[in-house]
Amino acid sequence: MSNIPENLRYSKDHEWVLIEGSTATIGITDYAQHSLGDVVYVDLPRIGDKFASGAAFGSVESVKAVSEIFTPVTGNVSAVNDQINDTPEAVNKDAYGAGWMVKITMDNSGEADALLSAAEYEEYLKASE
Amino acid sequence: MSSEALKKTPLNESHRTLGGKMVDFGGWDMPVQYPAGVIEEHLRTRTAIGLFDVSHMGEIWVEGSDAIAFVNSLTTNDVRKLVVGQAHYSAFLNEEGGVVDDLLVYKFADDRLLLVVNAGTTEKDWEWINSHKGQFNVDLKNASADYCQIAIQGPKAIELAQRFTETELSSIKYYHFKEGTFDGVAAIISRTGYTGEDGFEIYAAADEAARIWSNLLDSGRDLGILPCGLAARNTLRLEAAMSLYGHELSDTISPLEANLGWICKLDKEAFIGKSVLETQKSSGLTRKLVGFEMTSPGIARDGYEVSVGDEKIGVVTSGSPAPYLKKNIGLALVKAEFANAGQEITIEVRGKRISARVVPTPFYKRSK
Repeated sequence: MSNIPENLRYSKDHEWVLIEGSTATIGITDYAQHSLGDVVYVDLPRIGDKFASGAAFGSVESVKAVSEIFTPVTGNVSAVNDQINDTPEAVNKDAYGAGWMVKITMDNSGEADALLSAAEYEEYLKASE
Repeated sequence: MSSEALKKTPLNESHRTLGGKMVDFGGWDMPVQYPAGVIEEHLRTRTAIGLFDVSHMGEIWVEGSDAIAFVNSLTTNDVRKLVVGQAHYSAFLNEEGGVVDDLLVYKFADDRLLLVVNAGTTEKDWEWINSHKGQFNVDLKNASADYCQIAIQGPKAIELAQRFTETELSSIKYYHFKEGTFDGVAAIISRTGYTGEDGFEIYAAADEAARIWSNLLDSGRDLGILPCGLAARNTLRLEAAMSLYGHELSDTISPLEANLGWICKLDKEAFIGKSVLETQKSSGLTRKLVGFEMTSPGIARDGYEVSVGDEKIGVVTSGSPAPYLKKNIGLALVKAEFANAGQEITIEVRGKRISARVVPTPFYKRSK
């Protein structure tokens, strides 16, 4: 049973987004970390990099596999979690906290409305079982 | 493929009950890991005990007065050198000197050998062995479905295994085996494994598997036992620089290229592929398997290109993080002139060239 915090929004690619004004903090969901297994490395972009919604901004690697991570919003990277590769297991243990990956300043905060709510993401997970 | 169509070992239910994440491994429904996760399973095998279901491996009996001569004609290693109760690592080659499969050969008697082959190649090997039977006086039996095989690996493996048998395990040397009883039933107890640790592989009747497995997990709790899936099996063998068929070995790779010259006994009589190995030996190899470690952040994966400057020199055959060594390592088949420890290389990781260095293998060697 996945942990899906109420106060976040979600993408169908299993990213979570915390919206604070025009800043979107992004990571991967509990469901995603569980599917991946032990995370060993996260490849992150640089501050200033610009991404369109749906673009891959990096990748998260487990022992066995690599998965791209996609930004659900358009904008510039304003911060990256440069501690993450010191303790990549934070992505597994604290996916919504210490496992955060990037902060993006959204070009258009309206884009966040198109994201799934916690309830919708939970439905989405159930439907894809 | 739906899980109903996949082959199952006698421990399939046990894996599911333990929460194993099941995947299709060469047509078999196998656990890639359990809830503890790959890293924990790997570390526990190096420090305590890992328990592995390897029942999907194949077992082929070769019996008869020509057993040794027959197997010697098909394999690279010299069966005449085995004593009763000893096993060795070997390979079947095709006429081009490429590897059909790697295997273990166990000598039970002069007229009784057991071949243990890979899970994904059992059928191929069975047909290939039969097709070469010719005039040899041998009876062949594919007994794969009759056996379960459970590997108990790690520094505390012998302590745990001893609780299950009267056989004095300390008297079984590495790559030797005894027939005895294990958990009250007939078993072959083999001091072999694929992890680089001390340990045993137990062959018993398939229908005894679930009980033996469960008893080992219960009894081994005080010693720190964990069940381990295929992902940990792979990271463990990679740290030990052991080859995996389909990666370091294939029908287009010669055992000499894969650093397996030590199992190729060119002083024995003719075997399939021998003349190709002799030619390779005299004219020198054009490519060789090397170990490498990443020297910048990044993980090399199977199939990634290896370069020196702008020259492509080879390909990664197996690449992964190494949980015990805490590095990212791999094996690569590269042009022979670059196959030297210390050689700086780059590996293309999803469009970026990441630096790495050729290192001696094995990456990990146990202390005793």
